[in-house]
Amino acid sequence: MQGVTIGLASCGIAAGGLAVYEKFEKLLDPAKDKVILKQTGCVGMCYREPLVEITDNGKKKILYGEVTPERVDRIIEEHLRGGKVIEEWVVEDIDFVKKQKRIVLRNCGEIDPFSLDAYMEREGYGALGKSVKEYTPEQVIEIIADSGLRGRGGAGFPTGTKWRFARASKDEHKYLICNADEGDPGAFMDRSVLEGDPHSVLQGMAIAAYAIGADQGYVYVRAEYPQAVKRLRLAIAQAEERGFLGHNIFGKGFNFSIKLKEGAGAFVCGEETALIASIEGKRGMPRVRPPFPAEAGLWGHPTCINNVETLANIPWIIMNGSAAYKVYGTEKSKGTKVFALAGKIKRGGLVEVPMGMTLNEVIYEIGGGTKSGGPFKAVQMGGPSGGCIPSTLGKTPIDYENITATGAIMGSGGMVVMDETTCMVDVARFFLTFTQNESCGKCTFCRIGTKRMLETLERICMGRGEEKDLTMLAELGEQIKTSSLCGLGQTAPNPVLTTLRYFYNEYETHIKDKKCPAKACLALVDFFINPEVCNGCGLCMKSCDSKAISGEKKTPHVIDQSICVKCGKCITICRQSAVEKR
Amino acid sequence: MELITKPIIETPLPAFGRMLWRYRGEPGMLIPLLQAAQDTYDYIPPLAIEQIAEVTGIPSSEVYGVITFYTQFRLQPLGKYLIKMCKGTACYVSNAVMIAQTIEDELGIGPDENTPDNLFTFQVVACLGCCSLAPVVMIGEQTYGKLTPDKLRRILRQYKRDGKAAGADN
Repeated sequence: MQGVTIGLASCGIAAGGLAVYEKFEKLLDPAKDKVILKQTGCVGMCYREPLVEITDNGKKKILYGEVTPERVDRIIEEHLRGGKVIEEWVVEDIDFVKKQKRIVLRNCGEIDPFSLDAYMEREGYGALGKSVKEYTPEQVIEIIADSGLRGRGGAGFPTGTKWRFARASKDEHKYLICNADEGDPGAFMDRSVLEGDPHSVLQGMAIAAYAIGADQGYVYVRAEYPQAVKRLRLAIAQAEERGFLGHNIFGKGFNFSIKLKEGAGAFVCGEETALIASIEGKRGMPRVRPPFPAEAGLWGHPTCINNVETLANIPWIIMNGSAAYKVYGTEKSKGTKVFALAGKIKRGGLVEVPMGMTLNEVIYEIGGGTKSGGPFKAVQMGGPSGGCIPSTLGKTPIDYENITATGAIMGSGGMVVMDETTCMVDVARFFLTFTQNESCGKCTFCRIGTKRMLETLERICMGRGEEKDLTMLAELGEQIKTSSLCGLGQTAPNPVLTTLRYFYNEYETHIKDKKCPAKACLALVDFFINPEVCNGCGLCMKSCDSKAISGEKKTPHVIDQSICVKCGKCITICRQSAVEKR
Repeated sequence: MELITKPIIETPLPAFGRMLWRYRGEPGMLIPLLQAAQDTYDYIPPLAIEQIAEVTGIPSSEVYGVITFYTQFRLQPLGKYLIKMCKGTACYVSNAVMIAQTIEDELGIGPDENTPDNLFTFQVVACLGCCSLAPVVMIGEQTYGKLTPDKLRRILRQYKRDGKAAGADN
């Protein structure tokens, strides 16, 4: 029997995986081909999607990359029917895999996320059974505390301690919430886990609920993740049907059910108290703590909130023991961390590495370096709450303390690599636009402070910055950090503060020389038409609203710098790429 | 701003209507109700706000406050083709600015606007989650990756032709 498995997480579907699946379905002949066609979650190698894995009667697995519907015919003819591997399409990126350690992603890309049987075959709900039957809730908390697992949502609060607080609160109702409101632009770790391995998250939730004594759970997931929502709904129904969720689980009198709540799109709802307000059906505004959710959370009852990745770790730790987990990582940060590697990187995708690995190792050895082949300029970690770490700090080991020391944060796991074409001032402006837009407006410093910072950055990018702006940015940034109520405001200035710290001269060039070294700030670059490339087609001349371009047909055109308003339209319209920025 | 309104069906359509009917005062139902209304009507019409307010007892001003807080909710119907342009970090560093400029040039609308013929709605979204395909644009259910302004222009023009042809048929 042969097997054909196609990666159909959001990224696989976006790359055209569904069409490939349908083509296989159409062309495979049940009478002639003894083939099982399956789908799976994210394999991690987003840069080679759509991916198709072929297994031959238990023999070696072959992975094909960039499979298009047109390529399916040849795979069926030559490989499945002819038994001949098509070497030129095979993905053999050993470097991408060899340094990774997959604990959270242990089932992603391996099992069919729609099938509970597939999950039972590979892992099953044994960890929940073991917890309920063999351990007291206190013992479960001890194991997790001993493993050193820390919250993977970004802040890194020890999970065992969090559970202990929730356990200590006395109430007839307690809630457990899985935070799947992954809002960082450029981060898709949680989505991949939910899409590829929903049962591990549900099992982690059930174990957590048993430990803290909760009877009701919620998954708060972004409505923008339709695939994840669909798969989770199905997984919850499957688990209920088999009695892994619901009443009297494993016959031990433990009751726990899970509801799904779709978030309606607000970055601030990643914050615990805002998330609770949103589940209660209100505007998602954070509130003052204490009381902490562990004492009075959802509808006034004790509530424990854990992130998707944190929960996906739990079944593995219960099954393999805390000692096995502690093997990975550094003194204070144990285990592994999943990163969404993206940006100007050769091999972008989902990677899981032991804590303590250096940034250089992840970027050069796993990611294969930058697309252009040159050194990276900076790596952005932690999304809008994080910061840009320059390449000079590439030897920094990845753990909570060391990353925080650079001014960035570990965050939920976005890792965006930037090269010399990225302007750091512009990147700071980009993130501040985001946080400014997402600020809920409750705290004055976050609401107005970020607005003032953004206006200043926009001025600098337009070439109207003044030297005193830089001290103002630094001062205001510190004030916003200390005067905001929740994590959003407390971290919003980070992208600006880190770029000021590491790329101060880039700000200065913008202000003093009115130049953008990366040529990203359009107001600070001049547009020229390269006469050697221009074929005189006249498209740019026709499209230029300010009539700054002139030239005869079939002879190189010229831009009049005194008229050009630097809108950049000519670059987007030229088919010869003759328009250059200088 | 001029409100573009589709004819609202006086009796609520199944999904939304059923949910309103079944509502028995469970806490935290406002957002699911709004999501159902949007699923049914494709946006949240004034009538739905009134109905929700009446059934739940939550003042319509508060309902409106929740609608405007979350980016998912729309008070205007969508055009025929919904263009979602990704402005996640990975797309941003891969020149998403030029992509936005191209859409604005080609269609003459900015973010959150409809073309006058209601063929296109342009939205800028935080992350579509296919960072390795950056820069990315989704039109309807179809994803277009590794775009250049020129490639995108051709795609948009094709949609314009398709949309006009379909309009002429009707």
